[in-house]
Amino acid sequence: MRKRVWSSVLLLVLSLSLILAGCGSNNGGTAPASSGAETASGTSSSGSSDNGSEIKVGILHSLSGTMAISEKSVHDAELMAIEEINAKGGVLGKKLVPVIEDGASDWPTFAEKARKLISEDKVATVFGGWTSASRKAMLPVFEEMNGLLWYPVQYEGLESSPNIFYTGATTNQQIVPAVTWLLENRGKKCYLLGSDYVFPRTANKIIKEQLKAEGGELAGEEYTPLGHTDYSTIISKIQQADPDVVFNTLNGDSNVAFFKQLRDAGITAQDMTTLSVSVAEEEIRGIGADVLEGHLAAWNYYQTTDTPENKTFVENYKAKYGADRVTADPIEAGYTAVYLWAAAVEKAGSTDIAAVKEAAKGLEWSAPEGKVTIDGENQHIYKPVRIGEVQADGQFKELWSTGEAVKPDPYLKGYDWAASLSSGR
Amino acid sequence: MEVLFLQLFNGISVSSILLLIALGLAITFGLMNVINMAHGELIMIGAYSTYVTQNIFMDLFPESMFGWYFVLAIPVSFLIAFVIGLILEFTLIRFLYGRPLDSLLATWGVALVLQQLARTIFGAPNVGVTSPSWLNGGLTVLDGVVFPYKRLFIIALVAVTLFIMYLYIYRSNAGRRMRAVMQNRDMAACLGVSTRRVDALTFAIGSGIAGIAGCALTLLGPIGPSLGTYYIVDAFMVVVLGGVGKLIGTVFGALGIGVTSTVFEFWTTASLGKVLVFVCIVAFLQWRPRGLVAMRTRQLDS
Repeated sequence: MRKRVWSSVLLLVLSLSLILAGCGSNNGGTAPASSGAETASGTSSSGSSDNGSEIKVGILHSLSGTMAISEKSVHDAELMAIEEINAKGGVLGKKLVPVIEDGASDWPTFAEKARKLISEDKVATVFGGWTSASRKAMLPVFEEMNGLLWYPVQYEGLESSPNIFYTGATTNQQIVPAVTWLLENRGKKCYLLGSDYVFPRTANKIIKEQLKAEGGELAGEEYTPLGHTDYSTIISKIQQADPDVVFNTLNGDSNVAFFKQLRDAGITAQDMTTLSVSVAEEEIRGIGADVLEGHLAAWNYYQTTDTPENKTFVENYKAKYGADRVTADPIEAGYTAVYLWAAAVEKAGSTDIAAVKEAAKGLEWSAPEGKVTIDGENQHIYKPVRIGEVQADGQFKELWSTGEAVKPDPYLKGYDWAASLSSGR
Repeated sequence: MEVLFLQLFNGISVSSILLLIALGLAITFGLMNVINMAHGELIMIGAYSTYVTQNIFMDLFPESMFGWYFVLAIPVSFLIAFVIGLILEFTLIRFLYGRPLDSLLATWGVALVLQQLARTIFGAPNVGVTSPSWLNGGLTVLDGVVFPYKRLFIIALVAVTLFIMYLYIYRSNAGRRMRAVMQNRDMAACLGVSTRRVDALTFAIGSGIAGIAGCALTLLGPIGPSLGTYYIVDAFMVVVLGGVGKLIGTVFGALGIGVTSTVFEFWTTASLGKVLVFVCIVAFLQWRPRGLVAMRTRQLDS
């Protein structure tokens, strides 16, 4: 009896893995993604990353678990950038070989895989991370082993590691200008709604100081656990507070529930402005453009951003991954990160981390979002800021932009009202 | 006053959602004692079935018919989840009856496999389901008090599902056989009931009801591979609080948790509200470990 049980369990596992493998090869567009890990371990000959005719680079995103929703696309864009660079002859005449690891939406796994990429695979650099928690988990590893990480997502600021380049926006390139714009254009009474973790709490601390300094009024502040799916009570609280603006820092799937239920409660974008900082083109597809129409978001890049570089970027991305895919801010930032690193290596003439960091200072590149420059001091990049309105087709219409790129200021030193924040860290 | 009305409605609405996600589990866990961690993924399968039905309607039928896809999506979700439950029972669960800890681990593994399968087939990002236009908007009761049609629809759906389940379990021959097997397997087998078939059917029905829940949840929440993980804890909480083995207990469990959590959430914050609800449940189970409605049994050891 025992034996029969085990053999049938084994059969089940085998058949399921067969199904999985079959599906994997059907989606053949992402060939390097599915086979990348194997080829990488297969070719892991000894020595450092730029021995021979190859340079190994690490890609570390969540390909499974809750965060896979967002991180998979960034991973795709980074692979596309690597392929494009290889097609043009590689870096320093050598081909880039991606070593792909799965962070599995689990922060200790991110740290462990980062350590593996640096010590075992001896990669020249790593592109990866999404949540602040994953970055904070990887940071000590990169500092201890003197690795190099390119982090592609907007975050809460107040950080500047010598071993990390930040290609997403810091607060003064997204949240601070957005709040100023809202206060000038949409009203003074502001309600803060966010998921209960590092980013929204820090962001709202900054926003509250800014509201005080710029004459805004705090109508209420509410945090919900990650993955919260019922917003009926929160919505009636918001209705009671009757704010002009809801500043939304909810993350992930909670956005879907919040916006669907907001619409059902009979509140449209005409009745109340909401501005989100974690809702981009990808998320709109999951929420439904009809539900989100008219709501606002602040980013540095939209798929509709009008630059010649963006036109080719969007075309190539769709050609590679399917016409129904969309590009979004973090996807563009991941793509930009690979190119910036490659340019810095070319300029330095080696993949040595100290040399690359030195070469990266003041480096410029025409990204899809416009011209970006690496700030030598804090290793963030200059980025233009844009506020967009969701249209019926699920794309953004740009309402306002800073035009030129804004200097990154992760500790908000340029703002008097923020003095207590950076010192009280 | 308006807030009171609105919150009362919200409480009932949250209870109805909790009840819907817990009903299937009340059968697979409550009656069959299988700690079914894959219950959330069966909900997810229901949600994706709705998504597929919607896409088929978009492609094949004229636009005027689109509003009716949701009516069809409910039985489709039930059937697909039913069939997957049947396969699951046949290949795995039937070897694990009477071994609750093993079933916990095995079904958790199944949950992970199903999640990754959904990710491979439909892609990692959430998919969008456009709710039919006849469910948009709401019923204005007082000035400023709107009861959304979707929530009213879910309340009605739960009531109907519950009624059909009641008829099936307590008023049909198949249901009587089911109760007989769950209460005393050996005796039922001696009397000529095919326990194997009853087990398979019962588990599949529990799965199918999870599918209906998934279909209804597309109206309110996200549709993605990890959808099930958001609801699984709540579902177990409802069944355990209500009392394992009694359908009516699940109803009271859902009402209790739904109403208290909306009250706490309104008075405090969402995070603190959840903590308070958990504290209340723990305290209550200390006082009455069997839950709200305890099953009377002649067994000595349970």
